[in-house]
Order: sequence, then structure tokens, then C-alpha cells
Amino acid sequence: MLSLGALAFTTPWLLLALIALPVLWLILRAIPPAPIRRLFPAVTLLLGLKDEDHVSDRTPWWLLLLRCLAVAAVILGLAGPILNPRDNAQAGDQPLMVLLDASWASGTGWAAQIAAVDAALAEAERDDRPAALIQLTDPQEPAFRSARDVRAQLSGLAPEPWTPRDADMAATISALASLDPFDTLWLSDGVARDNRVPLLDLLTAQGRVQVIEPGTPVVALGPAKFADGAITLTGYRRDTDAIPALQVAAFGTDPNGTVQEIDRITLPFDADATVAEAVLDLPAELRARLTRFAIVGQTSAGAVSLPDDSLARREVALFAGRDDREGLELLSPVHFLTKALEPTADLLDAPFGDVLPANPDVIILADVVSLTAEETEGLTDWVSEGGLLLRFAGPRVAASDLSRDTEDPLMPVRLRAGGRTVGGAMSWGEPKSLAPFPAESPFFGLSVPDDVRISAQVMAQPDPTLADRVIALLSDGTPLVTRKRIGQGQVVLMHVSANAEWSTLPLSGLFVQMLERLAVSTAITAPDAQDLAGTFWEPAKVLDGFGTLRDASTLPGVSGETLAEAPLGPDMRPGLYTSGDRAIARNVIEVDAVLTAATWPAGVSVAGLEAPQEQPLGGWLLAAALALLLIDILASLWLSGRLGGMRGAATTASLVLGLALAFHPHPGAAQSEELAAIEATKEIVLAHVLTGDRRVDEIAEAGLRGLSQTLFQRTSVEPAAPRGVNLERDELAFYPMLYWPITADQPLPSREASARLNAFLRSGGLILFDTRDADVAGFGASSPEGRKLQQIARTLDIPALEPVPGDHVLTRTFYLLQDFPGRHAGRDVWVEAAPPDAQAIEGMPFRNLNDGVTPVIIGGNDWAAAWARDTDGRTMFPVGRGFAGERQREMSYRFGVNLVMHVLTGNYKSDQVHVPALLERLGQ
Amino acid sequence: MTQTAPSLRLEAEEAAARLPDLLAHADHLASTVLLGTHGRRRAGLGDDFWQYRPARPGDSRRMIDWRRSARGDTQFVREREWQIAQTVQLWIDQAGSMRFTSGQHPDKAHRARLVGLALAVLLLRSGERVGLTGTRLPPRRGDIQILRLAEMFLDAEDADYSPPEHRGMLPRSQAVFVSDFLGEIDEVETALTKAADRGVRGVLLQILDPVEENFPFRGRAIFQSVGGSLAHETLKADDLRDRYLDRLAERKARLSHLSSVTGWQYHCHHTDQSAQAALMWLYHALDRRL
Repeated sequence: MLSLGALAFTTPWLLLALIALPVLWLILRAIPPAPIRRLFPAVTLLLGLKDEDHVSDRTPWWLLLLRCLAVAAVILGLAGPILNPRDNAQAGDQPLMVLLDASWASGTGWAAQIAAVDAALAEAERDDRPAALIQLTDPQEPAFRSARDVRAQLSGLAPEPWTPRDADMAATISALASLDPFDTLWLSDGVARDNRVPLLDLLTAQGRVQVIEPGTPVVALGPAKFADGAITLTGYRRDTDAIPALQVAAFGTDPNGTVQEIDRITLPFDADATVAEAVLDLPAELRARLTRFAIVGQTSAGAVSLPDDSLARREVALFAGRDDREGLELLSPVHFLTKALEPTADLLDAPFGDVLPANPDVIILADVVSLTAEETEGLTDWVSEGGLLLRFAGPRVAASDLSRDTEDPLMPVRLRAGGRTVGGAMSWGEPKSLAPFPAESPFFGLSVPDDVRISAQVMAQPDPTLADRVIALLSDGTPLVTRKRIGQGQVVLMHVSANAEWSTLPLSGLFVQMLERLAVSTAITAPDAQDLAGTFWEPAKVLDGFGTLRDASTLPGVSGETLAEAPLGPDMRPGLYTSGDRAIARNVIEVDAVLTAATWPAGVSVAGLEAPQEQPLGGWLLAAALALLLIDILASLWLSGRLGGMRGAATTASLVLGLALAFHPHPGAAQSEELAAIEATKEIVLAHVLTGDRRVDEIAEAGLRGLSQTLFQRTSVEPAAPRGVNLERDELAFYPMLYWPITADQPLPSREASARLNAFLRSGGLILFDTRDADVAGFGASSPEGRKLQQIARTLDIPALEPVPGDHVLTRTFYLLQDFPGRHAGRDVWVEAAPPDAQAIEGMPFRNLNDGVTPVIIGGNDWAAAWARDTDGRTMFPVGRGFAGERQREMSYRFGVNLVMHVLTGNYKSDQVHVPALLERLGQ
Repeated sequence: MTQTAPSLRLEAEEAAARLPDLLAHADHLASTVLLGTHGRRRAGLGDDFWQYRPARPGDSRRMIDWRRSARGDTQFVREREWQIAQTVQLWIDQAGSMRFTSGQHPDKAHRARLVGLALAVLLLRSGERVGLTGTRLPPRRGDIQILRLAEMFLDAEDADYSPPEHRGMLPRSQAVFVSDFLGEIDEVETALTKAADRGVRGVLLQILDPVEENFPFRGRAIFQSVGGSLAHETLKADDLRDRYLDRLAERKARLSHLSSVTGWQYHCHHTDQSAQAALMWLYHALDRRL
């Protein structure tokens, strides 16, 4: 390899060919340009004239230069020039081991790292060195293969959203120790880790180690914390990074369910700090919609933080029995509940009637006995739709007959009269403590403090269903907490009072934990293993190495202990985990994380990614040669006069213009769509469905044009020109009615088109189906069009139909009509059937569905052909014979006028039947 | 150049409309005298009133104009103007060499047709009889002849160069030859000699493209005729220029000489000049003759 500064040639001997250039110059000079053929009638005068000088004109010097440059570019290109050649003296001849950290910190700038690896492997491929590749976050057994094989594997690599685990590192070390000596290329993510040291020791023992570390800053985002009504976000940087601030975007779902950016906040770093904090104050409604926070411009899992229940606040409504003991705060049934819930939930303080419409997450009834029938019904509905009703017993419940003989719908169990008192002054025994929670209980795993004592409770009647409903027991086996599911919700009864009168439970930490487990309240701090003991969590969304949320429905669930404590890895991926109503996020960055820049011992050479990459120039030079030759073609043509001056310019201009257009985005589409919408809504526009059959579509358009003209002349409806609508593409809401000619071979509307058609029908639109076959077919599937109509109608929301009754409003909206002929005066026309219980009011069944407008009219009289007029206003098709035919055409126009009136006036016309009655009343 | 008869006629009419009617003055051409609309400024056979003259002995009674004579005692005879018509025969070169143009201006054939037809329009409008030499279209009068001529003019010939058509020339008529005269000069000489033999006189209008006049070529080139029948290759076209121009001048001098010998007139017209100039020259040339 010949090296000239930053340029090197792989086959330098080819450069000798450059010597041939001057020779080429001389040869090219000697060869005359091709003769130009010219038409010249006066050639007769030239015949016989001899050339005096036999040397022809020479090729112009600049054309010669162009050709010589092209040849020189070819020679240089084939000589294999390489810009910034890698210094091969450094490269050893041992096998090359490529180590990738591939942790979350590698996510940003991953492509550059892969490119660096690719370049190194390409070099190894040139030098015939075998290579192996290990991804430390997901290590495989190292095996040396040809570098080409390893290169092919590169595109499939992706960083993992965790850091290399100690166990994996140990396994890698033991695998590498048994190999023959090799050189190492280590793509570091730039974050210091302790478990790197033994591996590095091993590698330096095996051979040369080259470390490549990206120079870009490594930043991360910690879990969002909620305190004092605002969200605190914490950002981290390495101690060596000088990035002044982080931009963090908060994403959430909008009411339509699409994820979009809700807010953006800046996290400024102090001069020497590695941690930056900022407070994001969002309204509760927006806070509840948050799905993730992400550092803007970073594509790493560490730059994404997922919010969970710790940001969610449940709405809880508290009600106590009528409290007439003013001043005894500590005896208030809800005092402890309020204290327990205040930090973690939003308490609703409103009259009972106002609370249910607010749809709280939880309603707590403390010692409430009497509910009105209306309240009971409202509560039952609310619970069955997913509400949680938490009831506490108390003196009043114990004294009442609530749920005594029959089970109250809002009580989980029947209660025995009076309850019981244990360990009091007038009773035997000791106050009871709690038994460990059974496995199927939501409280399973919570440890029971010794100092919780129950001295009084209400007793559940033994029932066959009781065993299923108990979720907490006293040490003697009597139920303490019972639960019943109603619909999607549940009713939970604590058999003790909510204050400290009957037990010390409300005073203990267990009480708060139980409320958390019932999802009455949510934890503020990250739950520890004990909190989550015995629970099981399903991953809902997990993060990949680039910080993208992925669906996790195929991943197995994890136990609560794993979720709380296990290090992140393939079995415990960062993401959002759910269990019942609760959700916990495992983020890549833990609270109080510290990012430190990796330090490497002096013997290891560390390079940045910024080092100029080796760049072969051969291709570019060959392309340049090709371009030069193309220019040569043009120039030669121009010289020989074959590239006409004007035409050439026009060709060039059109070429340039074509290229410019090819790269120019299409700006007009959205605008034209908007214009079409404005056109369609500026005036009333009748529309027909495009069937794909050009003839039928033309007739339909001409028909609607004729009908529009007739309406314009005879009525105050003044439609604009009709339009054809493409069901798959166009918005239907702009049109009052659609005329739909059925052809046997038209495509069925797609699912989306059917949905739009149904929406159109429900919102008062009318579709006039015309099978155009009344001359040959009766009603039903006896014609291909009829069968096609049945197929189309199958997906549409079409009500029951009946032939137009004689008293239908369609017969009298403008003209009084008895039949509805088109080009064929055929069979029945079908409309929506009157409801079976419709009362005939002066012969008019009362219809109020859809504003009194039938959503469909189905017939086969080929109305469009009868209405059709060309642009000059002449009718296009004969109808019937002679005068009777013209009468029939007139009737078809009248039907059209009635139809449009029917669509546009809604129930106004049908309400006209009440006018005599109204007048009569006014007269009185 | 594709051209339809109506459009050619339209352009010709436009060119002709700018000139006053050509009233060819009469010459004594005994054998071709036919009654026409051109007054001879003397009494004779014709349609138009010329003068009343007193009846002379020898006039028959039926020659007396009784209406005029009734106003006085003298008897008058009504005399009419003696009117004759000229015959003009055209030859427009339709050969391939005429279908050449070097640039924006029309090709030579178009210019030749235009000028020829404009002339025909003028002549026909003033009552002359116009036709083609040869046997294809004998001289006739009337506007319909314009259409026939226009049709004939649009029939292009395949040959590269065609000799002047000298058959069918009426003795003592007028002839107009329009061509580039780049073909065999001997043929032209034959035609002119034959015409002179029959007492036919006329004009030669040579139409040349500016390129043919300037020879602005350089470098290696193969010159070929429009049909490709002739070709000449040169390595340095600019060397040929002077010799070519000499030959062209020689050709023009020959034509001029021939025409002066035979009593014809010669003019050279270039297609980058206005067609009006050529028409004006033809008008004056014929006006002088007729």
C-alpha cells in the first residue's frame, strides 16, 4: 500500500498508467472529429472542389482535457485510493475479539458504534483475521469465525435496556480465559462499572486491547416522584460531561387515545453537579394520562422514565353515619381514614347526591346503615361498573337490622345480631389478633404486627358462600374482612369500625398497607420486596434498548419480590407491570443513581468515535469518470451540431426541472382535499357513489345534474353541481343524500367504508339504492344487481323495510305522489318500516327515528336515467313512449324533488299532519 | 413544410392585397389577343363604354346610338374600349433543393410558391389569364384559377433538381420562372432559348437561402443535397468558401447574361428578405412588359 498523507492506494502500480495520458492527448489530437453532415442544396456548386490543406480541424483543447481527466479518474479509481487509511502497523495478526457493552447507555449513537465495529471487522476481513463478537449485556459463547460472518451479524444487534450483570460478566470471563490469545476491540458505553475490572485484566493478559468510547455525553432520567401535588423529575449526567441542561418531554394519551407530548421541562445542571431536578406541575387530569417521560434527543432506555401508580391519585369519597357528637374528633369514624388517605388520594368532600356523578374510584361508607332506595340503586350501578365500595362496621351497623335476614345487595355477607365483644371488661377472653392472611387474599404476604388487637366486631352469618368471601380472619377463625364481587366492581366490608374504638387496626401500619392492597390508596415511595410479597405481576409494556415502549403480552409474569429487588436483565425487563388495578414501573435508572465516566488503565488505548473513518474513494472516482464521459457525450454532440441550441437548452431545462420535481414533496394533496370539502359544503350537493363502471357513473352524475336543475327551477333548494364520492376515500358527512346505482361487479365497501356509511346513515343521511333492473327483475335476489345489493347491505346498519305505504311522508313532501317511477315504472320501492306500535295520526304513522327520515330507499326504477340531462340541459335517455313517457319522466322528477325535500326537511313535513290540531287549539 | 391550399392562398391574398391592381399595359401581341378587361385606351371590341363619335359614312344604321342621337340633330355612334387579356405562364420549382431552409425563415419552396401565387392573384384580379407552363394547367381566367394554382403548387417533386418546364408555352405570352437555379444551367439555357424562339418573354426569379449566399461553414463536413443524391466531403469547409462564392457569382452572371440575351429579366431573392420585395420586383418587371 502506498501512502500519501491522508491518501493511500491499495494497488499503486496501476498509477503507472498515468504516464500514458500525454500519449493519449497526442492521439486524441491527431484524430479529427467526426464529420458533420449538412444539407446543402448548393452542393452542385461544390462538386469538384478539392481541399487545399489535408489537415482537418482539431478537437478543441477543453474537450481533450475532459477526456484525459476522465481517463485519469478511471486510473486513479482503479488504483484503490483510500482516504484516512487505518494505520496497519497497529493491527496485530491475532484473532479479533469485539466486545460491546450494549447497555442502555449505548442506545444513543448506536449506529455510530456499529459503524465503528463494521470498519474494524472490514479491516480484519482484509487481513484475514478471524473475529468474534460478544454483547456483554446478553453474552453468547465466544467463537471465532471469519470476519465476514461476524459483519453479517452486525445489523441484527441492538442494545439492551440494562447494564452487564455480574453473573454474565463472570461467565464471559471464564469463557474468554480458555481461549487462545487474541486482540480486543471494546466498544464501551462510557459509564464506569466495577465488574469491568476483572474482565479488562483478563483481556490485557490475552492481547492488545483497544477501547472505543463515544465522546457524546451520557445522560439519564430517574423515576418521577410525586410530592406536594407536583411531579419531581431527576436527570443525571456523568461527572465529565458538560451538558448544561436536559430537555424532558412528558408524553401522555389525549382523549382520543393517541400518545402525544403533554408538556416539556428543562432540567438545568449546576456547575459541578451530576444531578438536576425540576418540578413539573400538571393538573390531576393530565397527570392521570401520563405514559412516559423522555429526554429529548436521546434514544436510550436510560433516558426514559415510566410513571406508575405513584403518580396516580385515586378519588375517594368518604361518608360516615350521621355524626352528632361534635368535638370528638378522634372518635370520628373517618378520622383515621382521612389521615391514612390524605397523602395518597384525592378525597371528595361533597353531598352524596353529587358524588356518584363524579364517578370516584372508591366510596367508603363508615358505619352507614340507612341508604335510600335511590342511593342504593345508584351505588349498585356504580359498583357493578367497576367501583370499589368499602364499608366499615360500627355501633350503628351492629345495632341495626342491616343485612340481617336477607343479604343486603351492598353488603358482602349477612350479619348476626349485635356483634361480639372480646376481651372487654364485661367479657371473657383476650382481644383477638389477626391470623396470617390466606393465599387467595389480596393481603397475602403482608406481615401482621403483633400489636393489632380486635376487641369488638360484627359477626358474619355462616352461609355457604361465606368461605369464598372472607379475605382476612381473626386468629380464632372469625371473618374480619369479607368481600363480594358485583359486576366489575366489589364491595368490601371491614367487620370493625374505622376508628380505634373496636380495634387498634386503624392505628397500625398494616391498615395503610391493606388500603394499598385494596387499591384504595397508592404508595408514594417505591414498594419494597415485603410490600409486594406474595403478589404476581404481568408486564404491560417493556422498554427496549433504545427507550421504545414495546408490547409485552408474550412475556411471562414476575413475582412481587422479583419486581422489587431483582436486577434488570432478560428475565426482569424494565417496563410497566400490572396486577389487578395496581401498576408498578421498573425504570432503568434507580433513584439516586450515580453516573461516573469510565476510567481505563494507562496501558489501554482509548479512541473516540470521532476518528476519521477509512473511506475508499475508488467508487467516487469511477463515478466522476462516468460523469465526465457523460459530459463528453453532450459536448461532442454539441460540437457536431447535433444538440440543437434551443432544443438542447429546453432539454436541459426540462431535465433539471424534472429532477427538481422528483425531489419536491407533493404539497397540493391536503389543500385540494380541503378545497373539495369547502366546495361540497358551500352549497347543497347531491352525491352519487362511484361504482367503478364509467358509464353508470356518468349516468348517475347526469341524473343528479338533471334533478339538481329541476330542484333549482321549482323549489328553494338550489344545489350545486353533483359530485361522485369514492366510499373508500371521501368524507360522506358533507352530503345529505347518496344515490347508489348498483352494478353487478362493483367492489364491496371495505370495513372502514362500511363504518363510515353506517355513521352516515345514523346521522341522518339517506342512501337511495337503485338496482336499475325493475324491467327484468322482481324484488329480491333474482338479478345480479339484487344479489350484489344484498351483499352490500349485509355490512350496513339497515333497519327493517316495508314497501312505501300510501301514507308515507315521501308521498307528500312537495308533490302529492302515488308511485315513484324512474325510467322503469316497476315494482315496489322500499323504505324503513314504521315501528309496529306506530299510531296512525290522521293516516300518518308517527315516525321519529332518525328525525323521521328513512335512512335508505331501495328500488330498481333506474331513476338516474330518467333524470339524466347532459350539460346542455337535454334529456339523455328516452322514457316510455310519447306523451305518456314524458309524463312518467315528470313523475320521476317529482319523486326526486320529494326525496330531496324529505331528506332536507326531516320530520318537519311529517309534523305538518299536526297542523290542523294545532290550529284548532290556537282557535280556542 | 406542410401547407394546405387554403392557408397558402390566404397568405398569398394577404401579400397581394397590399398592391394596387396590376393593369398590364397592352402590347401588340397579335396572336395571343383575346378579349379581356384591359382597356387599350382606344376604341375597339370590348364591354366598357369608350366614347361617342359622330356617325360617319359607312357606319351601319344599327351602330347608331339612338338615345344619344335623339338629343340633337347629329347622329352618334357609341364606341367601346378595345380590351385584351395577357397570358402569363408560371413555372415554380418544386424540386427537393427548394425544400431547404437554414433557420427560422421559411424554406425556398414556400417563398417561391407564395410569391408565385401572389403574382397569380394580382394578374387574375386584373383579368389576365394565368397558368402553368407544361400541360398540367393551361392558362385560364377567374378566381377559381387561384385555387387550382395553389393546389398545383403544393405538389412537391421527389427529384433533387428539376429543369425548367418549357413545354406548352403559348407563343408570345409571358413566362415567370421561379427557382434556385442550382441545377444544370444548360437546361435553363435550353428553356430560355426555346422561349425566345416562340417569342415568349418573361422573368427569372432566383430564390436562395442566406446560407447558400454566405457559406458560413467551418471544419470537417459532408455536404449533401436534400434528397441525398449528391454529396461532397471536405476537411476544412472554411477553405472552400471563397471558391464557392466565386462559383455562385459565376452562376448568377450566367443567368443574368442568358436573360439579357433572350429578352428576359433576372432577379435574385433571398428567403430572409421580405416576400413583398420579390413581389414588387415581379410586379414592376411584368408591368414593364405588359
